[in-house]
Amino acid sequence: MNLTLQVWRQSGPASEGKLTEYQATDVSPEMSFLEMLDVVNEKLAEKGDLPIAFDHDCREGICGSCGMMIDGVAHGPSRGTATCQLHMRSFTDGDTIVIEPWRAQAFPVIKDLVVNRSALDRIIQAGGYISVATGGAKDGNMIPIPKLDSDSAMDAAACIGCGACVAACPNGSASLFTGAKVSHLGLLPQGQPERYRRALRMVAQMDLESFGGCSLFGECMEACPKSISIDVIARMNRDYVYASVSAVEERALGGEG
Amino acid sequence: MWLLTLYRSTIGKKVIMAVTGLMLVGFVIVHMAGNLQAFLGANKLNGYSAFLKSTGELLWLARLGLLAALIAHVTMALQLTQIARRARPTGYAKRIPQVSTLASRSMRWGGVLLLVFIVFHLLHFTTGTIFPMASVPGAAFSETDVYDNVISAFRTPWVVLVYVVAMFFLMLHLFHGAWSSVRTLGLTKPTPRPLERKIATAIALVVWLGFTVVPVAVFFGVIR
Repeated sequence: MNLTLQVWRQSGPASEGKLTEYQATDVSPEMSFLEMLDVVNEKLAEKGDLPIAFDHDCREGICGSCGMMIDGVAHGPSRGTATCQLHMRSFTDGDTIVIEPWRAQAFPVIKDLVVNRSALDRIIQAGGYISVATGGAKDGNMIPIPKLDSDSAMDAAACIGCGACVAACPNGSASLFTGAKVSHLGLLPQGQPERYRRALRMVAQMDLESFGGCSLFGECMEACPKSISIDVIARMNRDYVYASVSAVEERALGGEG
Repeated sequence: MWLLTLYRSTIGKKVIMAVTGLMLVGFVIVHMAGNLQAFLGANKLNGYSAFLKSTGELLWLARLGLLAALIAHVTMALQLTQIARRARPTGYAKRIPQVSTLASRSMRWGGVLLLVFIVFHLLHFTTGTIFPMASVPGAAFSETDVYDNVISAFRTPWVVLVYVVAMFFLMLHLFHGAWSSVRTLGLTKPTPRPLERKIATAIALVVWLGFTVVPVAVFFGVIR
């Protein structure tokens, strides 16, 4: 199949970018979207042009590196998949495909389709940890965890931090990401000691990174390659409001000297 | 101060929107039910109006409460819209909404329309400052004869149109708002279909039909 690509080209963070047209010829329907870009890039390199820069790593939908806006849809038309799991059979011969980087104030473009997503890392750093007792490792099933809680926690933990939720959200909100991070630890007994402080700190960091607020459009859930439910946002809000009302400031106590 | 921290966060602002929104949802339901008394005749509707006015300070307490809720609701909407704009300074060349409803995407400009309508509506039926009547010679706005006001106002086609269109936008606003406010407050349990909204759909439809039926019935002479 032959396709026309309109790709966002931008040489650096401070430079102006624009959509540039490329022809992708002899594309096999069995190729992944990234493999199709690889072929286009090879031809660009042969001609002496700069290849299109895009993030990728595992190419099996678990690392969260790849991600781009494909024809107006985050990660493209295939549901519950990352860009690397999208196959060219989802398109038809002669299609024109617009390819853009994630657009958000918090995700500055580094080059072409590569954006800096470290804002998400800083949200995790703000509260994505638990207190553990050191010493001998505990037996695997020593801590009883209700089945439903463990299932919900695992659903939230499926988040790979790709940023599609932010990219798809009309508000540029990171609520689904933060909600998933708050929930996956907050649902488990190991995450209880920091549960409310975690909600406070992660949400504070999320706001600090200039993400938007949540209007419950539902677009994030649809774009998410792991189909994480907006239920995690309801849970985050509940924990956050309770935490705001009940949080006690940490005190430094100690004797003189 | 924790209250200030909550207010400054995006979640806190959404919580304020949700709580004030739910207050206003409660108000429109009661208002709609009150309006339906137009079908029971002049005495019933005017009696209801007289009863509301007889409550005196209580009525003013309710009015001030609603006004405060509305101001808070609009202020938070403006702030959150600004935050959302700043969150995406460069837009997409192409972005296709996947699951978001027309209702959710029209909350902002639809809300502005509703605000303009509320101002018009207060000047129309509460103060009588603008009281357009076409086909009723000699009719004037009356403080006590609410029934007569309704009858003479809704004989004018454009007035009916304004109310019918406004109520359609109120229906859209409620279809998203009555559902999302409860979710924002976290008062939902996990569900396989989180976008489903049976109660909000019922509220939106009942309020829409209940409000629309009165002007339409007057216009077609069902209520006279």
